Amino acid sequence: MTLEQVLFLVFAVVTLGSALMVVTEHKMIRAALWLILALFGVAALYVLLNVGFFAVMQVVVYIGAIAILFIFAAMLTRKSMEDIGPQVNSGWPAAALIGALVFVSLAWMFSRWSSFAVLPPALADDTPALQQLGVALVSPDAYVIPFEIASVLLVAAMVGALYAAWGKNE
Amino acid sequence: MIPLSWYLILSAALFSIGLYGVLARKNAIAILMGVELMLNAVNINLVAFWRYLDLKTVAGQAFALMVFAVAAAEVAVGLALIISVYRRRKTVAADELDLMKW
Repeated sequence: MTLEQVLFLVFAVVTLGSALMVVTEHKMIRAALWLILALFGVAALYVLLNVGFFAVMQVVVYIGAIAILFIFAAMLTRKSMEDIGPQVNSGWPAAALIGALVFVSLAWMFSRWSSFAVLPPALADDTPALQQLGVALVSPDAYVIPFEIASVLLVAAMVGALYAAWGKNE
Repeated sequence: MIPLSWYLILSAALFSIGLYGVLARKNAIAILMGVELMLNAVNINLVAFWRYLDLKTVAGQAFALMVFAVAAAEVAVGLALIISVYRRRKTVAADELDLMKW
């Protein structure tokens, strides 16, 4: 076992363990904190995949913005469920069964694929760097349309979120 | 050297955990957390496929960035809706929000 594999296993255990805590934890604040740990685990996996930029994006966007939003929402809505009583609905065994079935069938499907156990090719000099990703995102031959649509989506989401959460006199 | 299979199995497990959270949890905020876990699983897969099979282009990275943007938009709107619902109905339990059920 190389050091890389040991690191992968450590990060995988951290990610999956805290993801399990996210879906089973009773108190929403604690679930949000476990979610932060799971997102950090995914960021570490990005580093192992040689995409440091995505690790930074993961910390900035997911942990810095999304997880903080979750914590705010959990604190603003604390009085309703008060984190007592069952936090799962009555159909949870069926949900667990569906989750297990999806995992088994995904793993089975992947394992029948010819490139299942392929090893990573070495990073060459012509491997696209961050600069090429930036150019591709604004180049008309590549991804400028999805990029612009994503920015329109973000503006629409911002306006919509403001409108939905605005305090009206009722 | 880590084989691609390790990443695929990991992301399948993360996706299934998120799916369980979406299906089983009562609290609407917890349901959104499950969706986040699923989106992260997809992103791991996109980046892993880029690293192992498609190193010459930037397609995998570009689409992973789109997933980031969509996830941010989804959480902003979702949590705003939950807070709005909470203000009117004083609940965030998904099974009590049955006004449109017939």
